[in-house]
Amino acid sequence: MSGTVPIAAVSPKPQPADVRPKHLNESRGVRILLISIALIFVGLVVVLPMLTVIVQAFRKGWETYADAISDPDAISALRLTLTVALVAVPLNTLFGAAAAWAITKFTFRGKNLLITLIDLPFAVSPVISGMVYILLFGAQGLIGPWMMEHDYKVVFATPGIILATMFVTFPFVARELIPLMETQGVQDEEAAVSLGAKGWRVFFKVTLPNIKWGLLYGVILCNARAMGEFGAVSVVSGHIRGETNTLPLHIEILYNEYQYTASFAVASLLMLLAIITLVVKGIIEHKMATSRTH
Amino acid sequence: MKLKSSKRIVLFTVIALFVAVLSACGSNNNGKNASSSSSASASASASSSASPAGSASSEPSGTTAAEPKSIELLNVSYDPTRELYEAFNKSFVDYWKKETGQTVKINQSHGGSGAQARKVLDGLEADVVTLALAYDIDSLTESGLIKKDWQQSFESNSSPYTSTIVFLVRKGNPKGIKDWGDLVKDGIQVITPNPKTSGGARWNYLAAWGYAQQQDGNDEAKTKDFLKKLFANVPVLDTGARGSTTTFVERKIGDVLLAWENEAYLAKKEYGDEFEIVTPSLSILAEPPVAVVDKNADKRGTREVAEAYLKYLYTPEGQEIAAQNFYRPRLQEVADKYKDQFPTLNLLTIDKDFGGWTEAQKKHFADGGTFDEVYTKG
Amino acid sequence: MASQVKERRVLPGFRITLGYSILYLSLIVLIPLAALVVKTSGLTLPQFWHTVTSERVLASYRVSLLTALFAALVNVVFGLLVAWVLVRYRFPGKKIVDGLIDMPFALPTAVAGIALTSIYAPNGWIGSLLDPLGIKVAYTPLGITVALVFIGLPFVVRTVQPVLHELENDMEEAAALLGAHRWRTFRKVLLPDLIPPLITGFALAFSRGIGEYGSVVFISGNMPMKTEITPLLIITKLEQFEYSQATAIALVLLIISFALLLLINTLQRWTNRRLRTS
Repeated sequence: MSGTVPIAAVSPKPQPADVRPKHLNESRGVRILLISIALIFVGLVVVLPMLTVIVQAFRKGWETYADAISDPDAISALRLTLTVALVAVPLNTLFGAAAAWAITKFTFRGKNLLITLIDLPFAVSPVISGMVYILLFGAQGLIGPWMMEHDYKVVFATPGIILATMFVTFPFVARELIPLMETQGVQDEEAAVSLGAKGWRVFFKVTLPNIKWGLLYGVILCNARAMGEFGAVSVVSGHIRGETNTLPLHIEILYNEYQYTASFAVASLLMLLAIITLVVKGIIEHKMATSRTH
Repeated sequence: MKLKSSKRIVLFTVIALFVAVLSACGSNNNGKNASSSSSASASASASSSASPAGSASSEPSGTTAAEPKSIELLNVSYDPTRELYEAFNKSFVDYWKKETGQTVKINQSHGGSGAQARKVLDGLEADVVTLALAYDIDSLTESGLIKKDWQQSFESNSSPYTSTIVFLVRKGNPKGIKDWGDLVKDGIQVITPNPKTSGGARWNYLAAWGYAQQQDGNDEAKTKDFLKKLFANVPVLDTGARGSTTTFVERKIGDVLLAWENEAYLAKKEYGDEFEIVTPSLSILAEPPVAVVDKNADKRGTREVAEAYLKYLYTPEGQEIAAQNFYRPRLQEVADKYKDQFPTLNLLTIDKDFGGWTEAQKKHFADGGTFDEVYTKG
Repeated sequence: MASQVKERRVLPGFRITLGYSILYLSLIVLIPLAALVVKTSGLTLPQFWHTVTSERVLASYRVSLLTALFAALVNVVFGLLVAWVLVRYRFPGKKIVDGLIDMPFALPTAVAGIALTSIYAPNGWIGSLLDPLGIKVAYTPLGITVALVFIGLPFVVRTVQPVLHELENDMEEAAALLGAHRWRTFRKVLLPDLIPPLITGFALAFSRGIGEYGSVVFISGNMPMKTEITPLLIITKLEQFEYSQATAIALVLLIISFALLLLINTLQRWTNRRLRTS
C-alpha cells in the first residue's frame, strides 16, 4: 500500500548461516567467496575514503590536528552546524510523525502523490535545493525584496542554512516511520479509542512505544545528513568565516587555503560524529531486536 | 497520574520546539545585529560567552564589549586574496583604532569571483567588494547596489594592485616551456580553470588570445584554432583558480599551470623548490578592482569606514602588504622596492586591446562566444 | 478498502496531521520548488527549448545520466551481494560492515569527493596502481562513476536488506526438495521477489546520482562535452548571472527526478498488489 521502503533494515531477525539448514545454504567455499567479494567492495568504496581522511588528518602529527579542530573558526562552524541540526531535526521529526500518522492510519485520495512528494527532496539535486531558496528569498527573488525592506535576513544567514538543511533532510523521519506504522496497522489504536482514550494519549501511550526505535533511527539518520550537507548549504551560505560557515563549508575553505591537513582534521571530526551516529544506531537496532523477542 | 505523564511529554515537546524556534530567531537576530552597530557588541559578547573559545574575531572580545561604537565590515572577495586580506585586515584594524578609537571587525568571504558577485546581488550584505574583474562589479550596478561610475571612486581604475598571468612549471622546466607557443605543442598538458566559472581563467584566456592574435596578424580563424589546440591540451578544467592549483601541485597533473602571478608565487612559497615560474613574452595586465557597495554601506552606516578601508589599500602600508602577498603595487616607491620580484613584460590591457569587459565578456565568454566555439565545434 | 474508510476515521487526528503535513510540505518543499517554475517562466518556450537542448547541455545530460546509470547498475549487483552476505552469513566484523553501509549517508559529500580524488588521482593509492595499466579514474567519467557508486550504495543495500530478511524458507525448501541447485533456486525462486526492491534501490541511487554535486566536482575533470555534469552546468549558468537559464536546466533535472520517483512508487504499488493477491 505504501510507496516507501525503509531506508534501513530495522528488523534484523537473527538468521545466521549456521542456523540455516544445510541444504538451504551455499557451500563453504561459495560463502567465503561471496563474503570476500562483498568485503573487498565495501572496503574499496567505503572504508578506503574513510582511511584516507584519517591518514591525511594525522599526516603532520597530533599537534597540527589539535590546532585545526580547536581553531576558533572551526569551533564556530561546529556551533553553527549543531544549531542548524537542533532546529531542522525536531521540526522534520514532528512533520515525519504527523505525516506518517495521516498516511498510515487513514485512507484518502492522493495518498500516493503525497508520498511521492515527501520523497522528492531525496531526488532533487542539492544544488537545486539551495537555489530555490535564493529564488524565493534572494534580493531579486519573489519575496526577497519585501523581506529585505523589513530587514528579515534569510539567505546568506542562519535561517537560510536551516531551511536548505530542512529541505534536504525532509524525508528521513517520514520515510522511516511510514513503512513501520504500515505494518503495525490500526488495531492497537482502535482498541485504545474504544476504551475511551483521547487523541494525544493514543499516540503517546499506544503508537509511540511501538515505533520509538524506528523514530529514533530516522532522527539519527536525519541528524547525520543535516550535519553533513554541503551542496545546498554552500549555495545559501555567505561563506563568511566564523559567521555562516558550517563544518562542511569550513572543510572546503581550509582545503582551498592549502591547509590540506587541517581540512582533513576537521573532516575527521565530522566523520567521528557520523561514526557515533552509526554506533548509536547499532545499539538501537540491538534494542529493537531484543524488544521484538520479548 | 498517567494522564499527567502524557501531558508532561506534550509539554516537553512544546518546550523543545520553542527552544528550537527561539534559537532560529536568535541567529536571525545575530544577522540583523551585524547591521546595527550598537547591538553588535552585545551579540559578540553573547556568542563569546556561549562558548569559551568563541572569540572568533582577531581582537579580544573584551574590548569589543567595552567599546560601544564598534563596527563590523564585510569584505566579499575572490579566491586568491585570502592571504592578502588576512594580513591587510589586521593592519587596518590597528590603523582604524589608532585614527578613530573605534574597533572594527572585518568579516571575510571568499569564493569564485562570479559566484561572490552573484551572492551580493542576491542579498549578501557586503560593505565592500574586492573582486577579480570589473565585469563582476559592473553586474552589481544594474540593481543599484553600486553607483554606475564606481571605477572613478578610487585611483587607478579603482584597482589598488595589479597582477598578471604567468606559467608555473615543474622544477627544471623538463618540457622546456618558455612562451604561449609552447602550450599548443603535442604532449604538453596545460592546467587552467574554466573561464565560465573562474575570473582568473578569463584573464588566462584573453592573454592567450592576445598572444595568438599578434602571432597570426589578427587572423581570427587562426587565433581560434590556437585556442582550440591549447584547450585540447587541458586535461582537467577546474571551476576555480584554487582548484587548478591543487590539481597541479597536489595531484601532480599537467606540465604547466596558467596562474595569477600571486597564486604562482604563493604555490612556490608553500611547496618550496618543486616549481619554477616562467614569465611569457606577453601577458595581460589584470586589474582586480575594489568598490564600496553603496546601498549596503549607507543602510548599515558603514560608508566612512568602508571608504577608509579601501583607501588604506593605496597607502604605503597597504601597498607593502599587497607586494608581500605578490600583488604588483601601484605606488612607485613600493614597486621599486619589490622590482626584482616582478619582472617587466609586455602587458595587454582589457580596455585597449579587448574593448573593455562588457565587450570581452560578450565576445568570448557568453553563451555562443568564442570559448564555446573552442569546445563545441569540431 | 473503501469500506474501511468509515471504520478508520474512528482514530482521531486525521485533519490536524494531514493538514499539518500538507502545510509543512508546502512551505518547505512545494513553494520553493514553485519558485523555480515561476523563475523559468521568464523564458519564452522557444528560448526554454533552446537552453535545455543546446549542445553543451545535452552533453551534460549524457554524462550525468550515463554515469548515474552505470553507478546504479554497479550498486545493484554489488549492493545485492553485500545485502545477501549481511543477511544470510555470519562472519567476524559483520556488525561493523553493516554500520559502514550508512557512512555515505552521513559523510559530507565534499569530504567524500576530496578523499576519493586523492585515492584515485594518478599519484593516489589506487590511481598509482592503475596508472601504469593505462587506466585513468580521476578526471574521467569513470571517476564520476566511482563517486556515484559511493553515494548510491546505501540506497540499494538498505532497500534489499529488509526484503531479504522477510523471505520465507518454504519456497527454497521446496526447490531444494525438487533437487534444484542453489544457483538455480536463487534465480528461479529468490530473484523474482528481490527484483522489486532492486529496482527501487536502483531508481533511488540513479536519481540521487543524476543530481549529485559535492562529491563529483572534485573528481570529475569538469571538461565541457566530456566530464561536465548537469548540476555543475546549473552552477555555471548561475555564476554568469543567467538565472532563467539555470532554472530552466534545473527544471529539466527536477522533472526527470520526479518522473523516476513516480515510477518507483507506481511500481511498488503494483508489486504490493501482486504480493497481496498471491
